Amino acid sequence: MTSSLPVKIGLEIHCQLTQLNTKLFCSCYCNYREKEINSNICPICLGLPGSLPILNKKAVEFAIMISKALDCKIPELTVFSRKNYFYPDLPKNFQITQYDSYGTSTSIGKEGSIKYGENYKIARIRRIQLEEDPGRLVYENGRTQALIDYNRAGVALVEIVTEPDFVDPKEVRIFLNKMTSILEHLNVCNTNLEGSLRCDANISIGNGKKVEIKNIGSFSDIEKALTYEITRQKTMTIHDIEIKAETRHWDDKRKITKQARSKEEEEDYRYFPEPDIPKILLENLSLIKTSELPDERKSRFINDYGLSEHVAQVLIDNKDLADLFESAIKIYHSPKSISNWIVSDILAFIEYDSSGKKTITDEMKIDAKHIAEIAKLVDDNTINRSTAKSIISRIIKTGELPSDIIKKEKQTTTIINDETILLESIDKIFNEEKKATLDAKHNPTAINFLLGKIMRMTKGRADPKITTILLKKRLDEEV
Amino acid sequence: MSRLYTLNIEQVTNGIKNEEFTSEEYVSQIIERIIKVDQKINSFITINDNALVQAQQIDKKIRSGSTVGSLAGIVVGIKDNISTAGLKTTCASKMLSDYVPPYDATVIKRLKDKDAIIIGKLNLDEFAMGSTTEWSSYGLTRNPWNLDYVCGGSSGGSAASVAAQLCTASLGSDTGGSVRCPASFCSVVGFKPTYGLVSRYGLVSYSNSLEQIGPIGRTVSDVKKIMEVISGKDTNDNTTIDTRNNINTNNYDPEQKNNQKIGLLRELINGADESVYQCIYSAIDKFNKFGFTYEESSLKSSEYALASYYTIATAEASSNLARFDNIRYGFELNPDDYEWNTYFSKTRGNFGDEVKRRIIVGSFVLSSGYYGKYYLKAQRVKNLIKHELKKLFKEYDLLISPTVPVLPFKIGEKIDDPLKMYLIDINTVLANLAGIPAISIPIGFKNGLPIGLQIMADEFQEKKLLDISEVIEKSININTSYPDL
Ligand SMILES: [Zn+2]
Repeated sequence: MTSSLPVKIGLEIHCQLTQLNTKLFCSCYCNYREKEINSNICPICLGLPGSLPILNKKAVEFAIMISKALDCKIPELTVFSRKNYFYPDLPKNFQITQYDSYGTSTSIGKEGSIKYGENYKIARIRRIQLEEDPGRLVYENGRTQALIDYNRAGVALVEIVTEPDFVDPKEVRIFLNKMTSILEHLNVCNTNLEGSLRCDANISIGNGKKVEIKNIGSFSDIEKALTYEITRQKTMTIHDIEIKAETRHWDDKRKITKQARSKEEEEDYRYFPEPDIPKILLENLSLIKTSELPDERKSRFINDYGLSEHVAQVLIDNKDLADLFESAIKIYHSPKSISNWIVSDILAFIEYDSSGKKTITDEMKIDAKHIAEIAKLVDDNTINRSTAKSIISRIIKTGELPSDIIKKEKQTTTIINDETILLESIDKIFNEEKKATLDAKHNPTAINFLLGKIMRMTKGRADPKITTILLKKRLDEEV
Repeated sequence: MSRLYTLNIEQVTNGIKNEEFTSEEYVSQIIERIIKVDQKINSFITINDNALVQAQQIDKKIRSGSTVGSLAGIVVGIKDNISTAGLKTTCASKMLSDYVPPYDATVIKRLKDKDAIIIGKLNLDEFAMGSTTEWSSYGLTRNPWNLDYVCGGSSGGSAASVAAQLCTASLGSDTGGSVRCPASFCSVVGFKPTYGLVSRYGLVSYSNSLEQIGPIGRTVSDVKKIMEVISGKDTNDNTTIDTRNNINTNNYDPEQKNNQKIGLLRELINGADESVYQCIYSAIDKFNKFGFTYEESSLKSSEYALASYYTIATAEASSNLARFDNIRYGFELNPDDYEWNTYFSKTRGNFGDEVKRRIIVGSFVLSSGYYGKYYLKAQRVKNLIKHELKKLFKEYDLLISPTVPVLPFKIGEKIDDPLKMYLIDINTVLANLAGIPAISIPIGFKNGLPIGLQIMADEFQEKKLLDISEVIEKSININTSYPDL
């Protein structure tokens, strides 16, 4: 039965440390995005003859924070290695990275673990290491040559390698959500930036060989790539075709994986210790404190604010939402109603971004103040829920304050609880619905029919409780 | 004044400061001499067209009474593998024939800050790989003492130009003896500092873990003066060391320079040519009169030094030289119609034979399956040598040997035999493997060919090493003769 063959998936996550000021080995900006081509470069990141790497200590601190958050062991010292291969986007034709060999571990963190999902499944972390990002090849229409932009060359990357502990693509997605939230909470990576988080995966089924998938540009494509690859491997197994150890690339346009090169002819990277960077002592650095992590924050939300497990989890999975929630309750302290507005309504307006994550974009003009006002207006019975919903869909585009809208458009927004106005409406309906009015005197369903008519007439603004009481009273008087 | 080019650093700086002659006069005479003499020895690759303008600026400063730097007006020649902003830095390779660095090496910046004038860029074996300066794509450099003989290498231009009095002093780089060997062959003083004392920022890397930039001068005193300016921690080089915490002058009282225990390394003298052997012993006789305690000592691990050195150096070189692919800088070659792999092959074919040989050997010793057998073993030998030397320095203040076990030889004699060529470095590589300071000073001639004495000290004992070298230099007293060119 091939369908029951066990699937093993391991991940290699590359996370740009976007929150650093400078690159890993020089003082060029870490933020290379939107810079003019080849303007964010210097002798070091361009690999000019005679230049030497100067290690960014803050990057080591960030990597230690990630290692601690993932419960890794941190060695007393670490070194860098050179990975030698020729590629035009690599200014020195070697990459400064870290590498375990000959019994020496050169990672910043190793043997960690992370709990994820509702059942707190454990994924083991093999190692966490620092390395430099290469430049970028740029292909222009109508040009046969590729151009090279080195603005990105030398940006600090943290590579997080997991053990093959995932059994299906859905687990991977839940795990990556958790990982994203941790990186956001540590404030080491703005995961919303395109290309700031990249992922390679390796998959094997049954006793088959391991196949690596590279080039998966966004987290949203990972599930698709894995599902495709599992189906491919299972189909091969059914037809008794041997699965070879190989590297495959994810074709983003066609949504398939395709062969890159077979393992047999894999390059020999000739790793050796980087002579220009002395050993780094990590002992003192390992005392660095990490900021509040998602799990801690979630418990706090449940214990201090009385949120449900589910609501707390939805907020925590997306740091932006959790931050929005905490800012809003500072303005109006009603954690339950505010969290519910965010989870059940605001979330629906948030789009999936290119990385497959829901992101509050600049176009969404809603902030904590708006949400606090909405919650308060509903709690105070000034507007009803349906008015609130329509206000939300409006202010998300315009950024108007709910209180201003209410002030300006009192006649169409606020709940009507003025008895004189309500009685006027009741009399008008009694006039129009003579038969139903007679019926209603001894049939409660007909009362609901009349109430519905009044609600429709007031565009839902009539306070249903008061209206019902007044209705009954009026019917009694009619005798 | 005439024959200004014969002066040492102190005489030049004083003469200019006291307005006995101008910086401009000095530089003019030097340039005149380079034009006249260098066609015979070929020590320069590039002459700095700005040198005279800089000299005029120094003169202006002095006339206006402003202070000038401690090296004001001296002219320094720079090995052409040290980056000079705006001045071609070719590494004597076709690979970099059009390369003009946009930045100054730290040593260059420090020299300029003290008002030294960079007179030009000096010849070397391509990428500093060689021991004779015959492997240059700009033609070989000849020995000023006998033009049919090699000048040593790889900093051949740096040693020959100082011997020929074409600059006040020069900078070379020493990976396995590249400063000391040509200094010995050209009868000048060449110094390799403790690893980490001088910034390598701007030095085009050959073997990063072994090499240091070092000065070449006609006297130990000149070398000292350059060292004072170029050494010290540099934020652009993570391997430099804050010397304030590391200069160790324990057991050394400069007033008692003569009361030192010196060991002659048996393994290093026994392999030497007869004439070198005799010259070393007669030098020992001369300086022994100054009250040093001297005896023979032994360094057993020295027999593995050369193999360890060439393994580590070629391994690092194979990676360091990977960046020369002509994509970002280099020379003119239109990439149209090339796939990038074939473009790399085409451009990298421009390396010379010796460089190609070392890249191939280095790639091999790093390849999987051989790494443990060669590279790791070489690193273990390196540690062993370091350890054994450390022990010897508990017993001896200084260790001496011939700098090179042979006399300078004829041009072309060893160029076709890499193993014979590599043996030239057998005595010098120790200091690079151990990271310790070592100097070569002239001690005599045989048939008109120079012989040098190598003196080594424990790491960061530069003061002791240089002070005592000065005493030995005076006792031997041959610095006053210069080649007739
Ligand atoms: Zn840079």
